[in-house]
This record gives sequence, structure tokens and C-alpha cells, in this order.
Amino acid sequence: MSQLEIKNLHVSIENKEILKGLSLTINQGEIHAIMGPNGTGKSTLAYTLMGHPNYKVTEGEIIFKDQNVLELEPDERSRAGIFLAFQYPVAIPGVTVANFLRTALNARRRAANPEDKGMPILEFRKMLKEKMDMLKMDHAFAGRYLNDGFSGGEKKRAEILQMAALKPEMAILDETDSGLDIDALRIVSEGVNALSGPDLGVLVITHYQRLLNYIKPNFVHIMLDGRIVESGGADLALHLEEQGYDWVREKYEETAEA
Amino acid sequence: MQEKPKVSVTRTRRDSASKEFSFTAESIPDGGLKDIRARAWDAFIKFSMPITTDEAWRRTDLRFLPAADFKIPKDGEFEDLPGVPENLLRPLTGEQHGGQITLLPGGSRVELDPALVSKGVVFTDIRTAEREHSDLLNRLICQVVKPEDGKFAALASALAGNGVLLYVPKNVIVETPLHSILWGPGVDLAHFSHLIVYVEDGASVTYVHEAASPNETGHAMHAGIVEIHVGKDSSLRFVELQSWGRHVWNFSHERAHVERGGNLDWIFGAVGSRLTKNFSDLDLAGEGAQGRMSGFYFTDGTQHLDHDTQQNHLAPHTTSDLLFKGALKGKSRSVWQGMIYVAPGAQKTDGYQANRNLVLDDQSRADSIPGLEILADDVRCTHGATVGKLEKEPLFYLKSRGIPQADAERLVVEGFFDPIMQRIPFEGVRERFQQAIQDKLTG
Repeated sequence: MSQLEIKNLHVSIENKEILKGLSLTINQGEIHAIMGPNGTGKSTLAYTLMGHPNYKVTEGEIIFKDQNVLELEPDERSRAGIFLAFQYPVAIPGVTVANFLRTALNARRRAANPEDKGMPILEFRKMLKEKMDMLKMDHAFAGRYLNDGFSGGEKKRAEILQMAALKPEMAILDETDSGLDIDALRIVSEGVNALSGPDLGVLVITHYQRLLNYIKPNFVHIMLDGRIVESGGADLALHLEEQGYDWVREKYEETAEA
Repeated sequence: MQEKPKVSVTRTRRDSASKEFSFTAESIPDGGLKDIRARAWDAFIKFSMPITTDEAWRRTDLRFLPAADFKIPKDGEFEDLPGVPENLLRPLTGEQHGGQITLLPGGSRVELDPALVSKGVVFTDIRTAEREHSDLLNRLICQVVKPEDGKFAALASALAGNGVLLYVPKNVIVETPLHSILWGPGVDLAHFSHLIVYVEDGASVTYVHEAASPNETGHAMHAGIVEIHVGKDSSLRFVELQSWGRHVWNFSHERAHVERGGNLDWIFGAVGSRLTKNFSDLDLAGEGAQGRMSGFYFTDGTQHLDHDTQQNHLAPHTTSDLLFKGALKGKSRSVWQGMIYVAPGAQKTDGYQANRNLVLDDQSRADSIPGLEILADDVRCTHGATVGKLEKEPLFYLKSRGIPQADAERLVVEGFFDPIMQRIPFEGVRERFQQAIQDKLTG
């Protein structure tokens, strides 16, 4: 079943067009990777899918499970099953990881049933401990203020912890590998792999091929200047690793200028 | 192009408020405090109404205070006014009260555990104290806050028929918290209160005082005094909450005097009143004295709250730690002006003050003015003041996890206040503040 369909997406930020007609379809159970040089619009795609208010969609469509995503607020998108692991997670001082996650889970329950009294605290704690164990996180983590003073690795692990707790159907990982050492990268990747399955679609956005050694994509797309210019299998990523992006630039920027 | 209409402005309301109160010497209550009240009255008539060229009143304007309209409640007047809501009578600290006093317009109610009476603890209203503990009251009153400290201090000292005397004898540990409520319904009324808290050497007590009223159309005022004495090696935890109605002009002079080795944990919560001007001074008078001041405020509508704090280190090895945090909505305004003073010779003192504000609307405004005056050379004093806005990125982040806008805002605001909550050892008080956050955000 086709989960996420992006059709001819044009996006501007402060009147500058960043995405210039991007199309992509991701089905349940598939892992897609988008690679591309810096400044090509990868993070813009991630933020636009989540509904960041600074990104204006000027043309095109995003359909998720037959819903028009562009009509939904970010919180509605999340409750519909879309998840974004941020490249730069935001600190929320004074709000603990546990309090935050409980609020997020209860918001889901309340949206489904306005009478819902919220998840029982014991059930919540048990769930949270299981997920933290999976990501090899100290349980004390739950009591820390969200992303406040977290190391780079802790922030990324906290993103995957949220993903594990919220159980999305479409996860977008925006440069989740940036700022991670090899051990953290392995733990985070194992976490993502443990969550993957026939019900989850994944979009991995990355600059480097490194992450794709751990999270194996079914499809690799190369993005350049706001569009997807090449699509292929996992071998395309390896090809990029060896050849760099220059050949892509030569091939497509020349035709664009011609 | 259209011609602009001519607009002429004439100032007709410049002096719409009366300049002076209409109280007279006949307003002074009879009783055991006659001499002190007379002295206070003399001080009162010498003070003119504060104006914004007075340094302490620069940011708080009383031009629209309808001073002449206010009357002192008659005896028993509370019987014709709305009663105290049940929820204000419930304990905020611990399971039950050791004593409770309800101060009403023209009356009061007092309850005290007989076990505390037998230990010599005095916890009663001021009129009863004038009759039954006249010597003690006369010895303790106007020692820490003087009528000469300001116009409203003088006024309250002279006219307060409501108030509390709390006296804890030497080495007496009061386990159950004491509670008082000043309930001030009605319009055109002037509520006066005078609280005296005297904790003798080696004693310990927790005391919660709350001033509240319903919202009414019109005006009312409150002028209050809080005098605190914390004896040698004694300990006081004092919580004061203010949820006056939106029609109340609220003034208070408060000072705590802490002796050698004494410890004061002083918590403020302010969410009500039309306008508040509060002076709160901490005098660390004996070696090793410690004081912590924690303030929570949340303004909305057109509220104006002005807190003026002083941390006076008057002896060596004294420690003060002040944190005031406030959020603002609507067209409201807050002022915090703080001063750490270190006297000559008060070496090895450690003073801290911080004021943090979260401005939720473009039209609300927070003024934050820290100050240090240090006359000793071996001290550690730090301060900080910030005024921040509700930022977009944290809200987007929370929303991206499925949390709706309103809940996301509440979470960020609660997070902002968390450092204050961490300083409050009473769950009931924390819950009250949490509820205030909720009410203000949705109100």
C-alpha cells in the first residue's frame, strides 16, 4: 500500500524556493534513503513533511494514508503516524523526558477518545524502561530535562526513544548520523532496525553513506538543487561513496544550464 | 487622497483620582495598641501619596487609585458578603493544620490545636491578641517593619483591625503547619492586615498565609504588613499566596529579621490583584543566618505586579538565595527590582539573586532590575535577570510529537517554572501554582 506520496513539491523559505518539484513515493515496509550535497534541500523536505511554519508549500501535494497532509497541523501529522527525528533536537528546559513522553502519548489517546484518562503511570514506566533498555540508556535519563545539556549522541538516542514510544508508521530520520561516534551510531541504527518492519516506512536523510552500512535501504535517491535526480538501489549509495557528488553535479547542472 | 480628519486632544482626566485617603484619626481602632497606632497615624499623615518620581515608585503609578472612596469594613460586615471558598481552607502543606485563622472584613475566626496552646504557642488574630496578649504584642509589634517605612506601612500599622500574631516559644518544634487566610470580598473597602511572626531561639514552624478575594466590579484595596523574626538557630518556612480579585489595589511592607544560625525559607506566590506594590526585605542580622526567597508570579489582562526585594547581609557568613520567576500575558506588566546589600564587615557572605520572566504576549512587559551594593571585600555575590519570549522552535518540536498547541505552550511554561517548583517542599503549594498556570493560560 502506498503510504506517503509526495507529488511535484515546491517549497519556499522567506520567498526563496528550495524544493523545486520533488516527487517521491514511500510504501509501508520500505526504507528509502535520500542523499545529496549540503544545501540541496534535504532538511527542507524533512521540515516540510512535519509542517514547520517557516516552510511554505507553493505547489504540489503530500498525501499520507489518503489524507492531505498539507491541511494538517504538525501535531495532527504526528498523530496520523508521521515522525521526524530532528537533526538538531530542541531543548525544553524544565520538562523531563518522562513528562514530555507521557504528555505526547496521552495527547494521542485523547485525540482518539476525548474521554481517555491517560496512560496509567505504571504501564507508562514499564514501557519507557523497556524502550530505554533497547537503546542501552540509563533509566535516570527519563528524569532529565529534554535535550537540555544532552550530548550529541544522547540527543539522537532520545529521538529514537521517542520514535520507539510513539510507534509511527512513517519515520523521517534527518541526518541522524551527524555528531555520532561509531558506538552511538550502531546503537541508534540497531534501534531503528528493531522498529522497522512491514508496517513502518522509513526515509533516511543523510549526507554520508556511513549510516547506510547499518540501516540498509531498499531505495536510494540523490537530491540536487531541490529535486530528486537519480534513484536506484543500495548500490547507488556505494557508488556515491566512491565517486562523490561531482559526477551528479556535472550530469544535471549542465543540463539545467543548457 | 483623502484629507485627514482633524483630531484635537484635550486632557480632562489628568486628576481623575483623589489625592488622599478619607480616613481620619477616628478610624483608629480602640484596644491595647493605642500608643503604637497613634504613632503610626502621625507617620501616616506626614507621608504624601507616592508618585512616580519617588525612586521606589518609578514604575508603579497610583494616579488612578480612588483613595478617597475606600472605607474600613464595619464590625460583622463579612456577614453580608460572599464567604470563603472551601478550597482555600484546605491544608496546602501536610495532612492537617495545627491551627487556622480566617480574617474577614470586620471579623475573624481562630482555631488552634490545644496541644500547641499548652506548649505556649500563640496563634491568634490581632484583636484577640490586643486583649489577651497585650504585653507580648506590644513588645513585638512594629519592631521589624516600622510605621515610618512608608505611607502604606504607616496606614496599616495605624488602622489594621485584622492580623495575626504567631509566637513560637524557645525550642518548641511545631510539627503541624499553621494556616491563615485573609478573605477580602466587597467593593470600596480598605482591608488592612498586620502579621507578626516571632520564632524564638531554637524553635521551628511552617506557616502559610493567603490573601484572596473574588473578582468584583469597582475597587478595593489592601495594605498589609508582615513582620518576621527568626531567632538564633531557629527555622521558619513561610509561604504567602496572593490571589486578590482584579479590582484590588494591593500594598505590602514585609521584612524578615534572621538571627545567628537562623534559617528562613520564604515562598511567594502572586497571581491576583489589579496592582501590587510589595516590599520584601530579608535582614540577615546574625552570623551564619540563611534566607531563601522564592517567588512565583503570573500576570494577565491589565494586571500590574511590582515586587521590590532587598537581601541585606548585615553579619559575616550569611547566605541569601533569591529566585523570582514570572510569566506574563495580555497587556500585563511586572516589575522586579532587587538589591543585595553587604554591610561593611559582613565577610564570607554568599548572596544570589535571579529574576526570570517569560513574556507570552507582545503587549505584556516585564522589567527586571537587579542590584548589588557591596561594602565588604571577601564575599560572593551573583545575580541574573532575563526577560524571554515563548519561542517557536520548542513549540514546533513538541507539536511534532503530537502535542496540540495549547498543551505544548503549557508544557513550556511549566518547564519555565520548574526551578521554582523544585524549591517548594509542599506538594499542595506546587499544585496550587500548577493550577494557576493552567487557569491563566486558558483564561
